[in-house]
Amino acid sequence: MTAGSGPPSGDGLVWRTATELARLLASGELSSVELTGALIERSDAVDPGINAYLHRTDELALEAAGAADARRSRGEAASPFDGVPVAYKDIFVTRGVPTTCGSKILEGWVPPYDATVVERCHGAGLPMLGKTNLDQFAMGSSTENSGFFPSRNPWDTGRVPGGSSGGSAAAVAAGAVPWAWGTDTGGSVRQPGGLCGLVGAKPTYGRISRYGMIAFASSLDQASPLTRSVEDAAALMAIAAGHDPCDSTSIPSPAENYLDGIDGGIEGLRFGIIKEFTGEGSQPGVRARVDDAYTRLEKLGGTLQEVSMPSFQHGIPAYYLIAPAEASSNLARFDGVRYGSRVAGDTNIVTMNSMTRDEGFGAEVKRRIMIGTYALSAGFYDAYYGKAQRVRTLIIQDLRRAYESVDLIVCPTSPTTAFKLGERTDDPLAMYLSDVYTVPFNLSGNPAVSVPCGLSSDDGLPVGLQIVAKTLDEKTMFRAAYAFEKDLGFAGSPEGRPRL
Amino acid sequence: MDIDSGTVDYVARLARLALSDEEREQMRAELSDILEHAGRIRALDLDGVEPTSHPVRLLNVARPDEVRPSLSQEEALACAPAAENGRFKVPRIIEEA
Repeated sequence: MTAGSGPPSGDGLVWRTATELARLLASGELSSVELTGALIERSDAVDPGINAYLHRTDELALEAAGAADARRSRGEAASPFDGVPVAYKDIFVTRGVPTTCGSKILEGWVPPYDATVVERCHGAGLPMLGKTNLDQFAMGSSTENSGFFPSRNPWDTGRVPGGSSGGSAAAVAAGAVPWAWGTDTGGSVRQPGGLCGLVGAKPTYGRISRYGMIAFASSLDQASPLTRSVEDAAALMAIAAGHDPCDSTSIPSPAENYLDGIDGGIEGLRFGIIKEFTGEGSQPGVRARVDDAYTRLEKLGGTLQEVSMPSFQHGIPAYYLIAPAEASSNLARFDGVRYGSRVAGDTNIVTMNSMTRDEGFGAEVKRRIMIGTYALSAGFYDAYYGKAQRVRTLIIQDLRRAYESVDLIVCPTSPTTAFKLGERTDDPLAMYLSDVYTVPFNLSGNPAVSVPCGLSSDDGLPVGLQIVAKTLDEKTMFRAAYAFEKDLGFAGSPEGRPRL
Repeated sequence: MDIDSGTVDYVARLARLALSDEEREQMRAELSDILEHAGRIRALDLDGVEPTSHPVRLLNVARPDEVRPSLSQEEALACAPAAENGRFKVPRIIEEA
């Protein structure tokens, strides 16, 4: 890895957005094989320093790139993005390509089918560069809970890239791939997006199929893009969005074209600032950048007003009961019978199940299974899980009330910039509390995007602004994020990329 | 909120986790902390508030009951830790009396 001013020579290509690359491919100035080759070379150079990938698929990518070039030369491009490579968090199942979900319990598993997100991206002609690292089963905010190794933040390799989709974030931030898929259950795309200076965009719950996405908390999980521009996030989301009969929670209406009108500006939009998010516990450098962002939104013609969300103080407790409860149920399938590892196979079934799970799952996964099992167990169900479900109703009601007077809600993505590896691993509760700004919008299902708002003056690390829209109003969310991004001029500038 | 070791053992058994002694003690302390924090919502008066299990209200999502192609038996068994005669093979389930 080389430190220096700006990107090393010859790799200007790797910093282009997917949208720019698509134009170069369409005009014939660039081939997908050339592009894919450059990204493989970039990955060879940077991945040893950031450990973004669990499994690279260079050969498959080059093969798919060749096919994309052939389609383009026949004038039969599969989509405007045909030939632009992508990477997937290793929670998306991929036919014939190992999928571990970051856990030893699935080491060696080769899925027999593709997730709907993967299938739709294949359909759009996006070559797959590989499967990225994550906190195992998406449980964590740093990738330190990966069963294999932690990923590192390209802005400072002594720090975490955030999580759980930290591998995808690190790869995109390092120029190893133009865009990547993550999943967001409690902030797992928005937070690493914020910590790595990227756009991380969660759609409305139900907008993108969960089929083939290994389930953590089924009522919260959503596939979400990590990109270097708002336009790319809207485009990648649009490729995968829309009804899928394979997911019974998929919204049965067609998805909108999120790029349509994205440059419409924000004149007249009303932004709500959450009264209860006082900034207590946030770093001064984070608060300063976010306050600057609010001022910029006003300058661009938006108006700011305070909205009150009394229920949000209960967001973390409700989330850390509901998500583990659903996880304890979903992860019951890892029992050493149908896939994955098996321990003590020559004993009886209960011993085999219990030993396999103890050995295969990491500490955080076991902790959450235990919390969830406790919260759902006889005698405690109403006091914990039932209460949390009612808090969830209050959160939805508070948001609905707020959206009667505002179009969008804005707040920080995370109270801090990227923290150091090891800094929070001994205190699970402290790690949970850092999700305070993101979990309410998983509980409510609203679309939310983290967009870079510059670097913190405390440590020179990226800060994210979160913009939250009404249910199924992704278009307004992207329009505001786009206007903000363009005016700030951080994304795409030398300041907006790490000196890796 | 104090979780005792008997509760840890009981929950671990329900969850099919063969925790080591060291894990059990660590789990007891961590669960106590986490449930202390999360359990704050127990004190809220939420009578009359409906529970939400899902952010999108979709009811009775079903498809026509028609036979469609699916994974072959071979594909489904390909990654099983043990298989025999076209079936998943598991250790003894019924103990001798």
